[in-house]
Order: sequence, then C-alpha cells, then structure tokens
Amino acid sequence: MKIKLIATVSFSLMLARLKQTTVAAVGVTFGITMFITLLSFMGGLNDLLDGLITKRSPHVRLYNEVQPSEMQPVDILPQYAGCHNFVSSVKPKNEMSEIYNSREIMNTLKRDSRVSGISPKITVQVFYNIGSIDFAGSINGIDVDAEARLFSFSDYVTTGNYIDLKNTPNSIILGKGVADKMLADIGDLIQVTTSKGERVQLKVVGYFQSGLLDLDKVQSYASITTAQKLLGESDSYITDIQIKVNDLEMAPELAKEYASVFETNAIDIQTANAQFETGSSVRTLISYAVGITLLIVAGFGIYNILNMMIYEKMDSIAILKATGFSGSDVKNVFILIALTIGVLGGLLGLLFGFCFSMIIDQIPFVTAALPTIKTYAINCNPKFYIIAIIFSVVTTYLAGYFPAKKASKLDPVIIIRGK
Amino acid sequence: MSELVLEARNVNKYFHDPVTNQVLKDVNLTIEKGVFATVMGKSGCGKSTLLYILSTMDTEYEGELFIDGVNMRNRTEKELARVRNEKIGFVFQFHYLLNEFSVIRNVMLPGLKLEKYSEKEVEHKAYEKLKLLGIESEALKKPNHLSGGQKQRVAIARALINDPLIIMGDEPTGNLDKKNSEVVYEIFNELAERYNQSLLIVTHDPEFANRTHRIIEMVDGAITNIVKMK
Ligand SMILES: Nc1ncnc2c1ncn2[C@@H]1O[C@H](COP(=O)(O)OP(=O)(O)O)[C@@H](O)[C@H]1O
Ligand SMILES: [Mg+2]
Repeated sequence: MKIKLIATVSFSLMLARLKQTTVAAVGVTFGITMFITLLSFMGGLNDLLDGLITKRSPHVRLYNEVQPSEMQPVDILPQYAGCHNFVSSVKPKNEMSEIYNSREIMNTLKRDSRVSGISPKITVQVFYNIGSIDFAGSINGIDVDAEARLFSFSDYVTTGNYIDLKNTPNSIILGKGVADKMLADIGDLIQVTTSKGERVQLKVVGYFQSGLLDLDKVQSYASITTAQKLLGESDSYITDIQIKVNDLEMAPELAKEYASVFETNAIDIQTANAQFETGSSVRTLISYAVGITLLIVAGFGIYNILNMMIYEKMDSIAILKATGFSGSDVKNVFILIALTIGVLGGLLGLLFGFCFSMIIDQIPFVTAALPTIKTYAINCNPKFYIIAIIFSVVTTYLAGYFPAKKASKLDPVIIIRGK
Repeated sequence: MSELVLEARNVNKYFHDPVTNQVLKDVNLTIEKGVFATVMGKSGCGKSTLLYILSTMDTEYEGELFIDGVNMRNRTEKELARVRNEKIGFVFQFHYLLNEFSVIRNVMLPGLKLEKYSEKEVEHKAYEKLKLLGIESEALKKPNHLSGGQKQRVAIARALINDPLIIMGDEPTGNLDKKNSEVVYEIFNELAERYNQSLLIVTHDPEFANRTHRIIEMVDGAITNIVKMK
C-alpha cells in the first residue's frame, strides 16, 4: 500500500518530465550497452589469443635441459674444498635432453588422479633439403591420438588428414611455411637431414598451421616412432612429457612436485605464458575502466534530472509534507525515480549489449594466421551482465540519493512562505 | 465545557535573520470542538507564523502546543507528519494541487498516506467530499483545467479527506473574488454547524470574520483581544 503510493507519486513525476527522464535512462542504457559489448568483445579476444597459446600448451611440461654438471671434478677433490674453483672442464653431454625412465614416469602420471592426460613428445633438430640448399627446422615427434585429444591437433591440420600421420609409416605433416618453401604437395616425398648427418625421406600427408607464422616456417610433425627412427634411438627415447591437469590453478604446484620427484625440469603454463596473462588482464582492466566511466557519466545525468525535478516540484514536495508525508517518504519517492531509471535503462542496456555482441559475433574475421577463426569471437560471460546490472543500480542509487536527501530536508514552511 | 482540540501555551517565536526579532509574544490560545474561529490582524503581525507552529510544520518555538491533548514537544519528524496527516487539514492561500494527478487523486493522496482505509474506500470518501463541495463533476479533470474558485474547493476537499480534528486556513479566500469567497465561507460555516468541525482561519475580510464564532485579534505578535460572537 505504502510502496504503491510512493510509486504512483514517483511515476507521475517521471511522466511529467518524460523527456528528461527518457534522456537520463538512455544515458544508462548507452553506458550498459557499451560496457557489455566492450567486455564481451575483449573477453572474446582474450579467449582467442589465450586459446592460441594455452589451448595448445601443456599445463605442465617435463623436459631435460642441456646444462652443465653442477659438480665439476675439482669440487670432489677433498684437498681443494674451501677454495674458489674456476676450472670447469666437464661439458654437458648430448644425451642429457632425454628423459630417463620415461616409461616409468608416464605410468606413474597416468595413475595420478590430478592429471587428466599426458602426451609424450620428441623434438628433433633437422635440415629440410630443397634441391641443393638446406634450411634448419625441427620435427616434433608426437603421439598422434594423445596430441589430438589434449591439444586439438586436428584443428590445426588445415590440409590432409591428421590420422594419416599415425597410419602411414615415415610420414610427415609439414608446417605451412615449410611446405610453401619446399613446394611440397600432399603425397610428395621430401628429404631431411638429421643432426647426425643421415638423410631420410618422408611422405607429406598434411599441412599444419598454428597461427604463429614464425613457428610454421620451421616446425613440422611426425609420429613418435618416426622421430625415434630419425634419431636412431630406442622406442623409450622421449624428450618431453606434456601433462594436462584437472585444475589449471594447481599447475605451478604440480610442476614443482614433479621436478623433484622425477628429477627433470618442469615448467607450468602460468610461468611459460606470463606475458599473455598480463596482456589479457590489461585489456580487461581497460574495458572495465571505460564501461565504468560511461556509467558514472550516466549517473551524473540522473543526478541532474533529479535536481531539476526537485527544483521544479518544490511546491508539490511542500504540500506532500504539509499533508502528512514524512521526509523519508519524499526521499523514497526520488530514490524510486532514480532506481526506475537505473533498472529500466540498465535492463535495456543488457539487451542492446547482448544484441551488439551477437552482431559482432557474426562479423567475418578471416586471417591466414588463425585458420580456425571465421568471425570475431565474443565471450558472453553472465558475469559481465551481473556486474553491469549491479553497477547500474548502485550508480543510479548514489546519483539519486543526494538529491533525494535534499528533497527530504526541504522545509515546507520556507517554500510556502516564498509564495 | 466541551473538549479541547488545540491548545497553545505561552508560545514565543523569534527570527534571527537579519536581526533577532520576536514575532510571537506569549501567545495563549484554545480551540474547542466545533468552534469556527478566525484570526485577524495587520499584515506582518505574525498570523502565518502562528498557524505554521500550530500545524506542527514549524518546530522552532518556545512554549507548549497540545493537539488533541497530546504535547507536540520532542516528537520526531515522522510523528509530526503523522499528526498533520491524521488530525489537521490545511488550506493555503494558494491551492497547491499537483497537476500530474486528477482532482480526485489529489483529494485522495493524504487519505492513501493515512493507510486506514482501502484505496476503494478512500476514493469513495473523496467523492463524498467533492460532492459536499459541489464539484464532484470535476473529479476526473486535471487541476489546471479548473477555475480559481474550483481549485480552492478541491484543496478544501483534500483537507477534509481524513476527517481532521481541525481545519486551518491561511487566508484561503485571499486569492478569490467576492462570490467565491462567499462560497468558501458557506462551506466552512456548514462544516462547523452541521458536522461540528473545528476551524481556525486567518482572514483579512471582516465580513467573513464577523459571521464566525470567535475572532482572535493580533497586534505585533500578541493576541490583544478575543471576541466571542455566539
Ligand atoms: N524567515 C523569516 N526570517 C525573518 N523574519 C521573518 C521570516 N518569516 C517571517 N518573518 C517576519 O515575521 C513577521 C510575521 O510574518 P507573518 O507571520 O508572515 O505575518 P502575517 O502572516 O501576519 O502577514 C513579519 O514581520 C516577517 O517579516
Ligand atoms: Mg501571512
């Protein structure tokens, strides 16, 4: 009953100033629309760029870095203990990039409940031979099935069928850049030289396009067995173990744990891609800042219209008070006006924001670097909508609060005397 | 002796702007049920000031004010608003109708605020009041489409909606022509005679005042004489 009465007074005041009320609401709508559109667009962009790296990256990678032995022979000699040693004669060995005991490690990891999947890898340094010239590159030996399952390998094989890599012996999927340089078609035989000087012929079964041009100019893929054959190593030879975990946040912790348990190097995705994290968070920050600025501007619009309304409706406020409306009733009338503008404008803003996002989602965005992307990406995270509506309500409430407070304090005697 | 509706004891009022100036000087006043009283005095003698204090809108005064036997000292703003809503009907020189609302809605507003009757009942009562004042045919119009006399009658209907203990008027006929002033007098007189309504009306019109129960004469913020006519 009481709310209804307050509401009828509020709405009649708004109707009396319909134009200004609408302008104030449009301000909020505009602010919210931009807020939603901007955040959805930036969110989509972030996902796209992050996906480019993180979707294709292991959460934890185990590897052995070529590094010198920590204990040089001179350190072991008791008579030189306590002296400063600068003789380091023992250089790192080539075999150090192999992960020892890889089979055991993989079996242990498979039983670990925190791990969602593993994929072994071998990196082979090679020279691609084109006629009389060679150029350096690398071939990743992969477990085709695991790689497809964990890192969407198939998405990036733009020509040819990825599974042929597993089914055809001595086959290779060339990086798009490599293939262009070598003028290699599907089905062609190409020749590579391994670092040990052996020449091997491989059959091209597809092209690979990661979206990172530099990478595609040097990197190709082969099955793990092919890679082992290239190196002349046994079937237990592995240089990397790529791990996907269930909880991404746990990755740094697990990396540390595995490094000490398996006595290998381990790097987590957060450390490996710190620069991408920074980029994403800065972009998000900018979107929030712009959106919030727009809302604050809209808040000033509401503040203005309410002040004007109060000035114009001084007489009405006086008579309401004279006939028994209390200061808080009057305050509620104006706060309700502000909130109505905020909520209506805000909801419309959400709707428009959603529409704009959907339109952007349809805009074609074709680039050779991103073979899997056809249109601009949009992230319709409900979080954005919740933040937007809460923010519009809070801003409009604050914008309405001060004028409303002023109205509640108006002294009817002064107004009536002034006549 | 009939029951007291309103009593003011030793009311003093000062304004401090620009210099301290005593506007009301030891005002003592009682209004009983059914009394139709008028306040007369020169312009600037403090009539309006007295009325604002008696209607609880002005709380900065010295002395005591009793409405319906209850002391109005140390009441919260909300409680005073409630007293005005329930017990006092105020008619100003200017009508103060809200142009956004129809006539009937204007009359209903204080009734809806009271929350004693349902909206339907308040509407019914508002019609009754408009009928009493002979303007029920204007009920659905907007106030700005009415004549000055009609507007003032709507304002009176609004003052009556909660069946107040007392009606106060600050020169309610001040803006009206002779004919309309007469209509307003007739209405007030009928309310007093027929419905035993108490009224306290400020007026400059001796013809108006001479036909009421009591004339309270003020000079320079003090009551100098109270003439009982009947
Ligand atoms: N806000 C104020 N500040 C200072 N003096 C005032 C104020 N309001 C009224 N007065 C003075 O108080 C006196 C009484 O005013 P008022 O009650 O309006 O007289 P009346 O209604 O009898 O014409 C006048 O002299 C007026 O100048
Ligand atoms: Mg006056």
